[in-house]
Amino acid sequence: MQQGNGIELSLTIAQIIQRLRGSHLHSQIERQAKECLHQPDVKLESLKEDVRSFLKTSGWERKLQNAVYRELQLPPRHPPAPPEHLKEPLAYMRKAQASWEKRVLKSLNSMSTELGVPLAHMRPAAEQKELTNKWNEMGTDEPDLSRFRPVYAPKDFLEVLIGLRNPNHDSSEDISARSHWGLIQVPLNVRDIPHLREAYSELNLTSGQMGIDDHALIHPAVLCTHSLFCLHLSCVVVMEEDSAAAQQYSRQGCPTGLRADLWALILNATNQPQDVMHYEQLKAGVIQHNLLVDNLIYKVSYIYLTPPLLFSQVLLCFSRDTAVLEHFKYNSATPPKSYIQGEIISVIPFHGFSMYVAPLCFLYNEPSKLYNVFREMYIRYFFRLHSISSHPSGILSLCLQFERLLQTHLPQLFYHLRQIGVQPLRLAFKWMVRAFSGYLSTDQLLLLWDRILGYDSLEVVAVLAAAVFAFRAENLMEVTSLASAEAVLADLSTLKVMPLIQVFLFATAM
Amino acid sequence: MEAVKMMQTMTPDDTKPVNFTVKAPVYLQIGDTKADTAHSGVCVVDVNLPFGKPVNIEEVTFKNYYTAYVTVRLLRRNPEQEAPAKWCTALRDLPLMDNPHTERGSQDYYTIHRTQMQVEPDHVVCVRLILRQPSLAWLTFSLEDIKIFPHTEPDPEKEVSDWLSDLTLIDQHPDLEGLPDPQTVSSSIQQMWALTEVMQTNQTTASIGRFDVDGCYDISLLSLT
Repeated sequence: MQQGNGIELSLTIAQIIQRLRGSHLHSQIERQAKECLHQPDVKLESLKEDVRSFLKTSGWERKLQNAVYRELQLPPRHPPAPPEHLKEPLAYMRKAQASWEKRVLKSLNSMSTELGVPLAHMRPAAEQKELTNKWNEMGTDEPDLSRFRPVYAPKDFLEVLIGLRNPNHDSSEDISARSHWGLIQVPLNVRDIPHLREAYSELNLTSGQMGIDDHALIHPAVLCTHSLFCLHLSCVVVMEEDSAAAQQYSRQGCPTGLRADLWALILNATNQPQDVMHYEQLKAGVIQHNLLVDNLIYKVSYIYLTPPLLFSQVLLCFSRDTAVLEHFKYNSATPPKSYIQGEIISVIPFHGFSMYVAPLCFLYNEPSKLYNVFREMYIRYFFRLHSISSHPSGILSLCLQFERLLQTHLPQLFYHLRQIGVQPLRLAFKWMVRAFSGYLSTDQLLLLWDRILGYDSLEVVAVLAAAVFAFRAENLMEVTSLASAEAVLADLSTLKVMPLIQVFLFATAM
Repeated sequence: MEAVKMMQTMTPDDTKPVNFTVKAPVYLQIGDTKADTAHSGVCVVDVNLPFGKPVNIEEVTFKNYYTAYVTVRLLRRNPEQEAPAKWCTALRDLPLMDNPHTERGSQDYYTIHRTQMQVEPDHVVCVRLILRQPSLAWLTFSLEDIKIFPHTEPDPEKEVSDWLSDLTLIDQHPDLEGLPDPQTVSSSIQQMWALTEVMQTNQTTASIGRFDVDGCYDISLLSLT
């Protein structure tokens, strides 16, 4: 928006101050400032400067910077705009999201009625005690889950996205003016390769990437220096506790040993005592109440071969975390809530979102830390993959971007697939909606998620989807049916994501 | 702090927008006969301010509906001179949508502040908004909920926030009930604190020395020198 820059800046500053005022960090810094008055080098005459320099040297200024940096990630509030506009500016999208939510809730309710299981009920005391004792063994015990089925499948959601129309869109000119071959009919802003090259310049073919360029094929002397340099840099970043630097660093991939710390830093997911306490409260909630969705969570956890107990613990707690509701202020999605004795006690998770947690179980073994990182990642990125919005990282934009990239740069392939009755999006959708979790090998997946964090965007997921098609283009050109196309794309576990993305972005002929 | 000052000079919530009448938007057509017209992608919206009461504009706010660019023209009448009112361009082709063919910005809220305008928007009688949407993608385009806020001169006496001036100095003496006067206590504490500061900065290794007289601590024998 072309507003006067000075006005916009002052407005942003005022809004950030308002958001941070009254936060825990604010009271901590205030307390620190008061306590430092006892120090001898803080003098009355130069009180302001002395307190400021104390906060700087003790690292509190850095923490404040990180908090401000995080606030800047959130969209600015424009004075006349109502809150729902802030979440989603387009009226028809808000409407579509609302009716989708109603549908999911209805499905959940009918499952509840059908099975005779209430959405939420309080556990009897004996059961609570048993669960407390078995908390650390959870996941090894398999309850009877055969009656429970997922609330909805990705392809149901895809149908909704395909059916979305802007009422003000003139579709009479469709065939001549735009000739879009894909399924998504909403004209969102998506970036093409030239813009992507600019935005993702750190991924170009001449820049070293973690996971490729520290491979054994490179001469040991070069390898050592490069790796050591990167490792040293990442150590410095972690020690300095600088969120912005960590994010910039992550663009070229994180070293395995430091990934957990770097991600926590980027997400500003601290593990303060109050975070641990919050987690314990959630855990108590799990023990107290049994939710219908818990069974759905148990069901999914066996698909992924991760430490199952950690996985279940985190998910069960997440579904009860009403603080997550706070994030939905910035998202037009309103999650269905369930009530027990008049209190909102849970956010009902959508199907498959447990796939977002699983990779994190490889990075963190402390439940409350894992929980905090997952929660931050969910409210910043993953929720956009299963809600309807015009956001550039929303699933709708990703789908459109995938289709456009394919049509522009692999037109023969797109055309061929359409000829045999296959729409490429139907093949790639399930990858994108899970941010490739469950399809790539774990180390490759984590390298992909490094970039999601580094660039603060899910765009790289759409780019990878197109890159996979480019990689398997020859085989796909030979197929003559949907089944054989699916077979070609069935196994992604051997793929190396970064070379694919780099080649697609920087080596595609323009 | 600049940001706070900004909040104060910005239109406060209780400033009412100016009442005006908006004429129906006129979509310009190309072609002579009614059957042959094509949409030109240009629309003109005239906002007539109350007759006889020219306005000094602080800001104009509106909600976009698929307009790509807006030009703001003002009809100003200088009250001193007898000259007729003149049109001038305050803002030309302000982009509201990144790309006229795609959604971004299409339903956003906008504010045009007087500082963004190329001329002083004072003594304005009429505001003309010229909307342009060159893309064929959309069925219609317009601006909604147009509001014009008048400029108010800040009251110089009220530079300081109201709440500060509302503070009254409490100068009645509190009921002490035998306790010493707080002022004296605090000044003596301050002196003591200053002394400790001095002590801390001037620490020496010399021993304090004993106040004995010839090895005796008898109080009656203490020397006063």
